[in-house]
Amino acid sequence: MNGNGFEPKIVAFTCNWCSYAAADLAGTSRIHYPPNVRTVRVMCSGMVDPIFVLRALETGFDGVLIAGCHFGDCHYVSGNVKAQDRVESLRKLLYTLGLEEERLKLEWISAAEGGIFAETIEKYVDRLKELGPSPFRKEPAA
Amino acid sequence: MTILQEIAQETKAFYCLECGKCTGMCPVARHDPSYSPRVLVEEALMGLEGDLVHERELFSCLTCYACNPKCPSDVDYPLFVQKARALASTHGEHGACAHSGSLQALARLMAGSTVEQRRLDWLSDERVADQSDVLFFVGCAPYFEPLFEDIGVDALQPAKGSLKILNSLGIEPMVLGDEKCCGHDLLWTGDTEGFEQLAKQNAAMIEKTGAKKIVFSCAECYRTFKEDYPKYASLDCELQHVSELVADNIGDDGLRFGEVEKKVTYHDPCRLGRHLGIYDAPRNVLQAIPGMELVEMDRNREESLCCGTSAFTNCDACSKQIRVERLLEAKSTGADVLVTTCPKCQIHFKCAMVSKGSERGPDVEITVMDLVELVASALGVADEQRR
Repeated sequence: MNGNGFEPKIVAFTCNWCSYAAADLAGTSRIHYPPNVRTVRVMCSGMVDPIFVLRALETGFDGVLIAGCHFGDCHYVSGNVKAQDRVESLRKLLYTLGLEEERLKLEWISAAEGGIFAETIEKYVDRLKELGPSPFRKEPAA
Repeated sequence: MTILQEIAQETKAFYCLECGKCTGMCPVARHDPSYSPRVLVEEALMGLEGDLVHERELFSCLTCYACNPKCPSDVDYPLFVQKARALASTHGEHGACAHSGSLQALARLMAGSTVEQRRLDWLSDERVADQSDVLFFVGCAPYFEPLFEDIGVDALQPAKGSLKILNSLGIEPMVLGDEKCCGHDLLWTGDTEGFEQLAKQNAAMIEKTGAKKIVFSCAECYRTFKEDYPKYASLDCELQHVSELVADNIGDDGLRFGEVEKKVTYHDPCRLGRHLGIYDAPRNVLQAIPGMELVEMDRNREESLCCGTSAFTNCDACSKQIRVERLLEAKSTGADVLVTTCPKCQIHFKCAMVSKGSERGPDVEITVMDLVELVASALGVADEQRR
């Protein structure tokens, strides 16, 4: 916790085949990472609709992480490519809205990369603490 | 009196004769036999609030006003739908919004935002001023741009073109860096609260600039400012659609058009046409451009067919059929270009041309352009790649 006591809220959409398994591995390997993240398992990063991200921001999350398989590893061949395209246009929307583009993060984390998952969350929480609460938060940040 | 009775009274639904002319005229009912405006009104009159608010059909209405002129009792059916949707949203029904409701979410985010948007990055050689009597209302084009570029829509063209036209008239308008969505989509999907917030924010912001006149390139923003804002916010400004502005300034001392060899047909957007009764201005503009030939589709002016979706709600197979029907009608005129004055009509038509399955259907490819783009190229001020 830093000086002002702000704890960012993050929602992570993790794909069933890679990143969710990575989060699982982080847990079974007893790797510690900040508890600021709420993980939502989705079948593929390619199914994360823009509304998931917009709704998350609307309900007061400070950051959204979409995590999927590395390119070439997608269980559905090219779902992660679709996710990347979608994130690109979503970032433009967030930029126009006046938001920092980093509030939407896209990462490729394989099922063997539990450590990387924990590290990603750690770094993201630190970065969001620097950025401060999302301007769309309805209740003040704790 | 219940809310439903109030709605029926305000929209004159009590006078419904159950003649069914509305259903006969309705473009949705033609493709979806289960949809009937008359039945929905009847449900309201019988006080079946629980049934009415959960009807999927309540969100099928295009609010295109095709039924209104035919009603012998003068029932305002689209207004009835607008109010009934607001009632439905208190029951947790928000319709099946297209794009999963992203566009409504964006509008709500704008309404609740405390940061300034970065919506004017696209400005290049268009001249704008910090202080002017004229304000140009950009609308949601900066948001449409990333969302719809994959279907070939260059959503900013109407805004860029309108600014160039204003510049050609010697006007350097203001544009607002933190303008909010006009709220049209929220209002027509039942979120009256969100709409009110946006209306008040926009009105306050515009009042502060001291603008005397607001020019719009979007037919929906224009309708919303003209018809719906007065109910929620006071705004003492002259409002004008860019097609009216151009029509008023044709001639030697105003805008001088170069030749554009094209055969075009004009699609009346429901917001500009039936909602506001503006049919002549866009046609006068097209006819004033030398070399341009205007041909009419079978259904034009008051009879014009809707583009198939409004307020980004309930875009279904029926919407697609309506779009294909309209595109085929446009093609049958032999025109090279289908011209419209509403950015959403353009989005919907282009979507119908690229959406899955169209390769097996009839050939509906036709160039769709905004009136402003044609005017800009006639003035020789269009974007390089657009000429």
